[in-house]
Amino acid sequence: MNKLPLIIKREYIAKVRNKSFVVMTFLSPILMVGMVLLIAYLTQLNDTEKKVIGVLNESGYFANEFVTTEATSYINFQDITLAQAKDSTMGLGFYGLIYLPDEPNLEQVAQRAFFYSKDAPSATVLNKLEKSITGRLRQERLRELGVSPKEYAEMDRDYTINIETFDGLQNVKGINEIKAIIGGAFGYLIMMFIIIYGGFVMRSVIEEKTSRIIEVIISSVKPFHLMMGKIIGTSLAGITQFGIWIISGAILLFIGLAIFDIDPASLTKGSGMAPGMGNTTNVDVDALTQNIQLYTQEIFELPIFAMLFFFIVYFMLGYLIYSSIYAAIGAAVDNETDTQQFIFPVILPLMLAIYVGFFSVFSNPNGPIAVGFSLFPLTSPIVMLMRLPWGIGEGGVPVWQLIASILILIGTFIGIVWVAAKIYRVGILMYGKKPSYKELYKWLKYSS
Amino acid sequence: MSHILVASDVTKQFGSHTALKNVSLEIPKNSIYGLLGPNGAGKTTLIRIINQITFPDQGAVYFDGELLKSEHIAQIGYLPEERGLYKSMKVGEQALYLAQLKGLSKAEARKRLKYWFERLEIGDWWNKKIQELSKGMAQKIQFVVTVLHEPKLLIFDEPFSGFDPINANIIKEQILSLKENGTSIIFSTHRMESVEELCEYIALIHKSEKILDGKLSDIKRAYKNNIFEIGLETDNQQGLIHEMEDKFHIISQDYDSIENQLNLRVQLPSNQSGEILSFLGSRANVNGFVETIPSANDIFIRTIQNKNIDNE
Repeated sequence: MNKLPLIIKREYIAKVRNKSFVVMTFLSPILMVGMVLLIAYLTQLNDTEKKVIGVLNESGYFANEFVTTEATSYINFQDITLAQAKDSTMGLGFYGLIYLPDEPNLEQVAQRAFFYSKDAPSATVLNKLEKSITGRLRQERLRELGVSPKEYAEMDRDYTINIETFDGLQNVKGINEIKAIIGGAFGYLIMMFIIIYGGFVMRSVIEEKTSRIIEVIISSVKPFHLMMGKIIGTSLAGITQFGIWIISGAILLFIGLAIFDIDPASLTKGSGMAPGMGNTTNVDVDALTQNIQLYTQEIFELPIFAMLFFFIVYFMLGYLIYSSIYAAIGAAVDNETDTQQFIFPVILPLMLAIYVGFFSVFSNPNGPIAVGFSLFPLTSPIVMLMRLPWGIGEGGVPVWQLIASILILIGTFIGIVWVAAKIYRVGILMYGKKPSYKELYKWLKYSS
Repeated sequence: MSHILVASDVTKQFGSHTALKNVSLEIPKNSIYGLLGPNGAGKTTLIRIINQITFPDQGAVYFDGELLKSEHIAQIGYLPEERGLYKSMKVGEQALYLAQLKGLSKAEARKRLKYWFERLEIGDWWNKKIQELSKGMAQKIQFVVTVLHEPKLLIFDEPFSGFDPINANIIKEQILSLKENGTSIIFSTHRMESVEELCEYIALIHKSEKILDGKLSDIKRAYKNNIFEIGLETDNQQGLIHEMEDKFHIISQDYDSIENQLNLRVQLPSNQSGEILSFLGSRANVNGFVETIPSANDIFIRTIQNKNIDNE
């Protein structure tokens, strides 16, 4: 007679009906989407606020440098003194005043130039002004060396290196980062799921201990079945929650964007724009579209199905390993405050995996650190998933490493579940003081 | 006589601590069997072994003639001393769940629960959460859940704790009626008055060992030390006492002046009371003559004290 489905069902229902679970499930997407919308709205608001800067140009230079753009307006003052210009700037509520004095040459003008403002000016504004002046200075110096403005314009054109793989496929800059982000997202998801739902498993075990129902239950079912039922039921509740989040989040985002009339393309354009792309010309736009196409193509060429498949494999094994440890911790203690000492060593490898993954997989997905951590069972679910976007086999993760990592993980899974089940079985019937590691080790040697 | 449960030579160790040492028990069918002993004696370990929560290092347990196996769980009902229910679960759902864990179908469990809830007059609790109930109310639910699957063997560990006297009496009646219907019951407690009322057989466990077991009436007989309480009416008290002291061993004497009665406790060499009766009959008015029977409590305390003295 199999009682496991009964236990799974009860654990699932108990979790899903829990008030805080319901609140979390339905509030989180609203909060998340609200945040995104708020940020988008504030960004737009920020962009529309134009800065007005007064210009008092007494020099014979800089006739063309300070032109009004979308973000900044320049107002030229003429035939007034500096003091008057300052007063006017303040009176009109301008952001600041750039003063270019009358000097014999450009170098001296630049030397004596000042920017006046009410408060300390923002770095963006200063950068823009400095860039304008530097550009003009460079042009002037080059002119003195005999370079014509036309030649200067030629010289200033941006340059991008052409990159290709050995197979002759065109490659794009930054694709490695995108791969790392996709792999990292998978790894991060696993870590979050383990920490949140492992904690739920642990609390559920503690609840059974403190409500003293545990002995009633285990006179009917084996402790191992109870533990596994708890882990599976809780994770199903977690998957339900994630599912609801993804679906409702998508719907809400869609609705929100429609209501506030925010064009998602503009958001991605804004954030995707790298520095230096500021002076966009038609040629650049074409290059950008071409690049986007290349990125999309690259992303579609990622081993999506293999990644999803291995995500599920690593997710299940990793989650089972960690949540059995959490169940054992819950069984060993009487209340949640006693868990701290045991939880830290559990979270440590997870954090390590995330950081090592980000730093070493970013730079070298097949380096010794990346390989080592993707074989070590407590970190492999996260690190291996970060390596997988680079493919399996040639150029990516060698097949033997993948197989070895999964085999080690399965072996560890069996070992850990065995150990956890032993601690669980002894621990659930132990009340009183918090056990030490030494005592936990002693429990392992108790015969069943 | 056939036995519902036989434990033979059961030993259980936890690390260096011996929880049970060569314990053998025979629990007759259709009886109430008291499992007695001080705290930490090993009662709970033995009960857990019977429930297959833990397993013996040595020895074996037989249930209804068969070596104990996991199928027997459905035929045992256990009310642990450390008991509780899921606080945030509704009474009905929880009872259904626990009954299904014991192997009942949902429909059958529902039917039986209805019956029991009516019998204990708790039908309107079905949709309440445990945390809304008082401790005594929760205990009643717990009792129903324990007996619901109609097990052949019921194990009650301190069943009356948490009950007020009225409810304790209701539960006692239910236990007795279950016994009438053929269930065998193991009853673990340190409350000796309930042992006197309920138990036909007892076993006494002390420091991991069984030090006494058998039929309660037999044990009592064996523990009698032939002390008789005698109430006499006579004119010549001093003379009678002198005369008696030559022949019998008088433990204590006092005189009740209101009733004009002399109360004596006399130790006889055997329980042959004929001699003293005929001696007294010719010399005084015998108002009372009773053999003192030790209470379960006396036996409990005396056995354990003797055991402790032996060990020293």
